[in-house]
Amino acid sequence: MRDRDVPQDRARSLGGQRKRLYARDESGRYTTVLSSGWEAEEVVLGQAVDEFRRQAAEARQRVKQGLSSPLEYHMYARRMDLTVLAQASGLFRWQVRRHLKPSVFRRLPTTKLTRYQQALQLGHDELTCLPPDHEPSHD
Amino acid sequence: MTDFRHQQTAHCESGAVASLLRHSGLDLSEPMVFGLSSALTFAYIPLIRVGGMPMLAYRMPPGRIIRGLSRRIGASFDFQRFRTPEAGLAALDGHLADDRPVGLQASVYWLPYFPENMRFHFNAHNLVAYGREQDDYLISDPTFEEPVRADAEGLQRARFVKGMLAPKGLLYYPTRLPDSVDYDCAIPAAIRSTVNMMLRTPLPIIGVKGIRHVARRIGRFSPANEHFNRLFIGHMVRMQEEIGTGGAGFRFLFASFLQESATLIDKPRLARCADQVTDAGDEWRRFALYCAKMLKGRMTLDYQKLADQLMKVAAMEEAAYRQLMTGLPE
Repeated sequence: MRDRDVPQDRARSLGGQRKRLYARDESGRYTTVLSSGWEAEEVVLGQAVDEFRRQAAEARQRVKQGLSSPLEYHMYARRMDLTVLAQASGLFRWQVRRHLKPSVFRRLPTTKLTRYQQALQLGHDELTCLPPDHEPSHD
Repeated sequence: MTDFRHQQTAHCESGAVASLLRHSGLDLSEPMVFGLSSALTFAYIPLIRVGGMPMLAYRMPPGRIIRGLSRRIGASFDFQRFRTPEAGLAALDGHLADDRPVGLQASVYWLPYFPENMRFHFNAHNLVAYGREQDDYLISDPTFEEPVRADAEGLQRARFVKGMLAPKGLLYYPTRLPDSVDYDCAIPAAIRSTVNMMLRTPLPIIGVKGIRHVARRIGRFSPANEHFNRLFIGHMVRMQEEIGTGGAGFRFLFASFLQESATLIDKPRLARCADQVTDAGDEWRRFALYCAKMLKGRMTLDYQKLADQLMKVAAMEEAAYRQLMTGLPE
């Protein structure tokens, strides 16, 4: 890649930051160039973020219909999945999966709730209900 | 307060190591650190899932750069991990009170200064802490343009997150440095190790064979699983471009190392190999561009086209590594 071809697409996700890329100058020597982002990168990053948003939105619906516990919503809102949440809370995947059931979640002992509170960085009341609708996510 | 010179690099681990070494008086460029530690690779590991996607890596696992480089140039690092966050905090404060900047491993998601869209649960980010002002730690994060700050609570959370590659508060700093680096010996050894990895690993999912394996996998994608397929190619491009690779999944970084080496040990053939690796890198970028266009619907979703592009990359990389092997004296 030539230094003048380094994309400067002003990616929103970089939050004004620029990143360093390696490219060659006129004489073919390597140098570093600051890039304000690349559209191709922005596309795949947006795809990953949107996937979590979609999962959180679907989870929210399920929680409202009483099919799932608020834990599922919070998990996706924190960009986690079953594996990541299980590891972060020190529980088994099957336990977390079980806690996604509203009836089980409602009766969880404080010790388990505390684990989720720490892993998700939420207070007790935040964890046990959904945030208001106008907030797409709390992170 | 320590006088620490922040330098932005492409990749976090090679950047953190390079800046710690420079602070201690050994000036190595980021590509030199990356190349000498033989960190370049390609690995497709379907057994390990990252966010529901098979693991794809363009460089060796976290930690390899520090250890690989230390072994190659005869340096030593002290590594400390902690059982409790309190112990980790006390140790960090102790080092900073002694004016000793230290490298830290932390989770990207919980670091307070990361832009919202960049926050994912990746626990092996590297940064350098060089001072503390009241409740704020002064951080030289190699992937940022300027030094940043992190409040004690946020930094603690990021250092003691649990899960895959859990940092357990890891901190590290150089304890012994060589007086000089024997490049004539270190560079060929490092290159040989990378070439062996890329060409001779007896597994179909590592190195050039790994690239071909993924190409075949993408070529066989069924249109029925479009949602997964789209996530897969998006995931691949993210690993290649977004995660501080310096462009083209570390290929440009490696090419820069070869070019620097050509002058350093007077082997002009290495410079020609650098050109080959650069060309392969350009094709990786083209692959990323195709993927993005297809995801956006600006190009028809054509798995075979992506597979062919990857096969092309594999052929170019293979030629470059073969050239490297013959370009080195035994």
